[in-house]
This record gives sequence, structure tokens and C-alpha cells, in this order.
Amino acid sequence: MARVSVTVPSSAKRGEVIEIKTLAAHVMENGFRHKQTGEPIPRDIITQFVCTYNGVEVFRAELHPAMAANPLLVFNTVATESGTLEFKWLGDNDYAATQSASISVV
Amino acid sequence: MRVALAVLCFLLLSAEIPLAERRSGYEFMGRETRAMQDDDSTNPALFWLADGEALWNRKDGAAAVACSGCHADMKGVAARYPKVASGMAVNLEQQINGCRTERQKAPPLAYESRELLALTAYVARQSRGMPIAVEWNESTRRGQATFNRRQGQLNLSCAQCHDDHWGRSLAGSTIPQAHPTGYPIYRLEWQGLGSLQRRLRNCVVGVRAESYAYGAPELVELELYLMWRARGMKIETPAVRP
Repeated sequence: MARVSVTVPSSAKRGEVIEIKTLAAHVMENGFRHKQTGEPIPRDIITQFVCTYNGVEVFRAELHPAMAANPLLVFNTVATESGTLEFKWLGDNDYAATQSASISVV
Repeated sequence: MRVALAVLCFLLLSAEIPLAERRSGYEFMGRETRAMQDDDSTNPALFWLADGEALWNRKDGAAAVACSGCHADMKGVAARYPKVASGMAVNLEQQINGCRTERQKAPPLAYESRELLALTAYVARQSRGMPIAVEWNESTRRGQATFNRRQGQLNLSCAQCHDDHWGRSLAGSTIPQAHPTGYPIYRLEWQGLGSLQRRLRNCVVGVRAESYAYGAPELVELELYLMWRARGMKIETPAVRP
């Protein structure tokens, strides 16, 4: 079960720089570790994150095995118009999570 | 004469940190780690808190009763644990499992399992900002003895690092004063939530001593002494630590 948390200001002034905070619950198993019995633990990580603002991509990240569990991504964008921010995480083993948040711009 | 001797013994034996000089581990952290703890929406413990709330309200066991079926709010409870019940110190995790087996007629949750950590964090979160207020008793005294006892191949006591050398460096890390104000903590090194006993076992392994098992009376008494040592300091659960 994919679980994520997104924090977006509910309202902002037009042209204001807003901060967006996202967390995804994920083990981010790097694929380099072994069990006590010697078998390798297969890689299981989030590989991509995309944020779109009213359909326009405003932030994208590629994640790699060196990233810690439960990756926290904090980034900024400019509040241009009221609407919806869509967030999407993709990863190994068909991991997919989506979340959305609305913002009203005055 | 007797009083003078007692004072002398106290001075020789103990380099306890004066109450006013005590500092939470939070104050030894870097800016980014503090920021993570300060903002509930960036503290990954939020996932455990959500799980804990769901477990709290879920009917469980043969008695088919939820924690919330008996308890309203748990404000201040975590600040009073560990507690001594019929001569044995009991920590919050053990109290939760005691309730499970006695009231819910459910199997106890494994120590350090995700469920037990989630429930403990959910309960302890409700005491955030409240001063720690545990009792001094025979168990606390035994915990203090453990704290001051040299052990392991390195022949170190807890006090030698955390009373005498806090603020200095151990390898690349600053030695904190060891006040358990924020447990269960989200520890970046663990990449997850963990209990105070997990942390204590880390330290015991660090001095190359044989560790106590989870839930061992020695560890619970040590927890109790540490909480007493941090009396009056504010609960930060769920804290973030490096």
C-alpha cells in the first residue's frame, strides 16, 4: 500500500513563491545489501517523482539507490493560478502513488 | 560528620549534570534535522502516528474491544512512564501489551514491531510539551546503578560519556546528554521509528558489552532512571534524531 503525505498552502497571492513538502512511505531498499544467509536483498526503490500544476510540470526528481527510506522532497514553485497540483511517485515492483492538492490564488 | 561524609561520597561518585544545564538531544542536532522535527509534515514519524491512531481505534482480541473503548485521551501518560507496578518497572510498550493481553485478550505485540512502535508513538505524542514526571524508587535506584556501572570490553559506564563528556565528540558525532525526551524517535540512521530500548542496546553494543534482551528488567530500570534524570524536561515525541 502506497502512502504519501503532501503539504501545500491552501491559498497564496499571485506570483508568490510557495513551498511544497512531500513525504512517501517507502523502504528504499538499495539492492546492495545481503541477508544474514547471504542472498542479496533485491532493489526496491522509488525511481521517479513528478509534480504538475494544472497539467504543467513544475518539478521532477529522479531517485537513486543512495536515497534514504521515506524520501522527503521539499521544493518551491510560483503560485500562478488557482487549481490543482498533482503528485506522482513511480518505482520498482510497479510501485505507484498519486496525490493531489488544491490551491486558491488571489 | 555523617552528613559531611555523605556529601563527600556524593561529590566523589557522581558528576550528575546540574538541572539547569540539561539539554535535550534536539539542541545538539544540525539545522536541517531540527527543521524536520519542528514541522509535523516533514517528520516521517507521521506514518507511524497514522497507523497508531488506526490501531488505537480498532477492535481487537477475543474481547473485541478497542483501546479507545476504555481510554479517552492519553495526555500526560507517557510523561509518567516507566512506572512501578507490584515491584516491577513497566514501560509504555509493556503497559500497552499488558492491556492487550489482559483487557483485549489479544496476543502481545512483538517488541520493536511496527504495530507496537506505532501505538506507543500515538500514545506518547499526546504528551508532547508536557514535563517528564516519573518516580524515584527502588527500580530507579537500580537503573542508576546500571547507568554508573562500567561494562563491556571497553569498560565504560553510561555516565562516563553522557555525564562527564557530553558535548564532546565520539568519532564524528557529538555526545548528547542522553535524555530520553522524544521516544519513540525517528532516527535517520535507522531510517525508521525505534524505541528507547533499541537505542540503549546500540550503546551497550558500542561499549562491547553483551546486550540485554528487549523488555529485560535491567533495560526498563535504566529507562526509568534516564526519565528521572530528565525530570521536568518536555516530551518531544516523536523526535527526529540523526
